[in-house]
Amino acid sequence: MCDTCGCNITPGNEHLVRGDGRLAKTDEGREAVTVLQSLLSENDHQAAHNRTHFDSHGVFAVNLMSSPGAGKTALLEATIESLGDAYRIAVIEGDLETENDAERIRACGVEAIQIATGSACHLDAHMVHTALHQLDLDPVDILFIENVGNLVCPASFDLGQHRNITLLSVPEGDDKPAKYPVMFRAADLVLLTKTDLLPYLSDFRPERAERCLRELASESPLLSLSSASGEAMEDWLTWLRTEVAAQRERIRQGATLRPAIQPDGMRLHSAAPATHAHAHGVVNATGGEG
Amino acid sequence: MHELSVCIALMQQVERIAQEHDAGRVDRIVLQLGPLSGVEAPLLEHAWPLACTGTLAEAAELLIEAAPVKVECTQCGAVSEVVPNRLLCASCGDFRTRLLSGDEMLLASLELSRMKTQAVQQQCV
Repeated sequence: MCDTCGCNITPGNEHLVRGDGRLAKTDEGREAVTVLQSLLSENDHQAAHNRTHFDSHGVFAVNLMSSPGAGKTALLEATIESLGDAYRIAVIEGDLETENDAERIRACGVEAIQIATGSACHLDAHMVHTALHQLDLDPVDILFIENVGNLVCPASFDLGQHRNITLLSVPEGDDKPAKYPVMFRAADLVLLTKTDLLPYLSDFRPERAERCLRELASESPLLSLSSASGEAMEDWLTWLRTEVAAQRERIRQGATLRPAIQPDGMRLHSAAPATHAHAHGVVNATGGEG
Repeated sequence: MHELSVCIALMQQVERIAQEHDAGRVDRIVLQLGPLSGVEAPLLEHAWPLACTGTLAEAAELLIEAAPVKVECTQCGAVSEVVPNRLLCASCGDFRTRLLSGDEMLLASLELSRMKTQAVQQQCV
C-alpha cells in the first residue's frame, strides 16, 4: 500500500477526506492531519526491503501458513525429498518455542533457521529480516518461511515473500475458508493436506472446501495431496517448478511480485507515477499481477 | 492476538507524525478498519491504553470507523454490500468479484494541538 500518492483512498474511506467530511472540521486551535497510511506501514517497508533482498539473490520466497498441525513441516520434508536434488532449498521456521521443526528440516540435509517468537502469534517482516542475517542466500533457489501455526494473525503481515500458501488439512473440516476468510483470501495457493485420511473422515467434502474458497472471490488453485503417503504430490511439485521458473524470468526482467491479494490502493497505484522507487517502483513492473 | 503489535506500530506512526507537525498533543486518532483486515476493533481498543500511556497521545480519543465490505462484480458490474465470508455478486451470484472496500487497516487522520506545553498550561489556568 502506498503512503505517498493518495491511492489509499478507497470508496470506503473517501468521505473522510472530502472537504465537507466530518473530519475536515476541527475545534479551534487544533489541526486535522490526513494520514491514510497502513497501520502496518513500518512492517510493509521492512517487507519490501526483504523482497528486494530475495530478488537480488535470485531467491523465490514462499510464506506457508496454516493452523498448527496441518502438516507444514511434513510438506517441506516431502518436498525436499522430491526436489532437494533439483533446487537448493532453505527454510525459516517460526514457532513460539523449540527448535523441533528446524531440526526435522536439518535432518533432511537442508539449512534451517528457527525463529522462536516467544508469545508472538505470527512472524513479521523484522523477525524474518533478523533471521536472514544468519542465512547465506546466494546458494538458495527456494526459501520456505514456515509461519507460526495460526489461521488468524499471520495473514496480516507481509514478510517480503512472493507467494502465500495456505494449508487446509482434512481433520480440520471443510468449512475452514468460510470461518477464516482473511487467511484464505490471502492464499495464492491452497493445499488440501492429509488426503490419505479422507476415507476415515467421510464428512469432509473436498468440493465443499473448494466452494467455501470460491465464495471468498478467490480464483487461487486448490490442490490435494498427502505428504505421508506421497499421493498426488506431483501437482504441487509442478506448481512449485513453474513458480521458480516464473521468478527467474521476473528477475531477468528486473521485476518482482507480491502475493496476489493486495488492497485496492496497490492496484490503483500501478497506474500512478512511481514516487517511492525502493518499495513500489519495482512492483509497477508487474502491476497487472495483483 | 496481534492487535497489540498493531497498536504499538500505530503509536510509533502517530508519534512520528505529531513530531513532524510540531504538535504538543494528539487529540484524536481516526482509524479505519474493514472486517477483512484481520484486526478487530474491540481488541485494538483494549490494547490501546497499553501502547499510548506516557505518550503525546495518552489523552487522545481513538475513533475506529468500520468499513463496509463491498464488491464489484467483474462479470455483470453490479456493486453489492456483502458479508466477509461470502464475497459473491448479490446480483448475478458470480464469485469473480473485486473487493472495493472492507480490507482497510488505515490510520486515516489525526487531530493535533499545535500548542507547546507552555500554552497548554496557560489554557488550564
